[in-house]
Amino acid sequence: MIWPAVLVGAAACYALKLVGVSVPDRVLAEPRVQRIAGLLPVALLAALIGLQTLTLGESIVLDARVPGVAVAIVARWRRAPFLIVVGLACATTALVRALA
Amino acid sequence: MTANPPADDRTFRRRRILRDALTIGAVTGAYGVSFGAVAVAAGLTVAQAAVLSLAMFTGGSQFAMVGTIAGGASPWAGAATAVLLGVRNAFYGLELKPVLGARGARRIGAAHLVIDESAAMGSVPGPVEDRRLGFWATGLAVFVGWNVMTLVGAVGASALDDPGVLGLDVAGPAAFVALLAPRLVDRERWAVAVVAALVAVGAAPLVPAGVPVLIAAAVAVVVGWRPSADGSDGTERPDGSGGSDGPRSSGGGATPGDER
Repeated sequence: MIWPAVLVGAAACYALKLVGVSVPDRVLAEPRVQRIAGLLPVALLAALIGLQTLTLGESIVLDARVPGVAVAIVARWRRAPFLIVVGLACATTALVRALA
Repeated sequence: MTANPPADDRTFRRRRILRDALTIGAVTGAYGVSFGAVAVAAGLTVAQAAVLSLAMFTGGSQFAMVGTIAGGASPWAGAATAVLLGVRNAFYGLELKPVLGARGARRIGAAHLVIDESAAMGSVPGPVEDRRLGFWATGLAVFVGWNVMTLVGAVGASALDDPGVLGLDVAGPAAFVALLAPRLVDRERWAVAVVAALVAVGAAPLVPAGVPVLIAAAVAVVVGWRPSADGSDGTERPDGSGGSDGPRSSGGGATPGDER
């Protein structure tokens, strides 16, 4: 069942991009639409960070992912470049797993 | 800008834009390795990972989709999460439309290249031809780097017995940290982020996998629906921190290569 979801998801993501460069400005420039569009990635990214750090399936699990993501937050806060943030997080989680 | 810049000035600017675009393409490519590996670790085939990078071509959504599937949700819940996160690309398009001025077949192609990095390079203050070059050069450089390296990562990970040993399961959340940080420009956004994360994690044991992230999206819609608390109509957002998720941020100090 992965293929249909891959294809439909990809088509929908492309459609969103095409809508952006196609529809008249006034549709997407509506203040309420703008506000929701600004907040949507904030809520989704924060939720995904929480879920992919603290949960496995339908249970809350504290494991080696927690120190990895904590290191990513500190690295980003110290203005580390993108690849350093991701690299340090993976290295930390891998290290904690190796030591455990 | 003078009305008629000297030719070598223009050449210098073009060269700098192309160099920036190639750098962003290389950095994103390095990151594409981890997407390919994470996708395979989540149970996708190499072909499925490659098609996501070719056809979906928006890294945050791709990581969200494979991460959601890895977390036990159905592929459809993963696709829904990816599409919700892809909504921001529509707003980049609105911002880029006057820069691109593309019609017909060119617009079909330009739309596919609308992502965080190309939108940032297409939105830096400057002459329209520079912004147009920045958009196309960055979009194409990222497209090539991202797709080639996705394949490398996916093939590499399928050769490993346990990709988890590399700690790649935190590549997604770590990237989301880097994507989220420049968007946290005011107290309201901080509040939305904290509430969304708490609600999503709190809901995880209670509802099927994939649903918590949809509840988090509802938080954004509910908060965004009301007029903002400071009395403004919410169309002017504080800016200059690098977040480029909307047309209003066109003058902001977007930092290309810092996102995705």
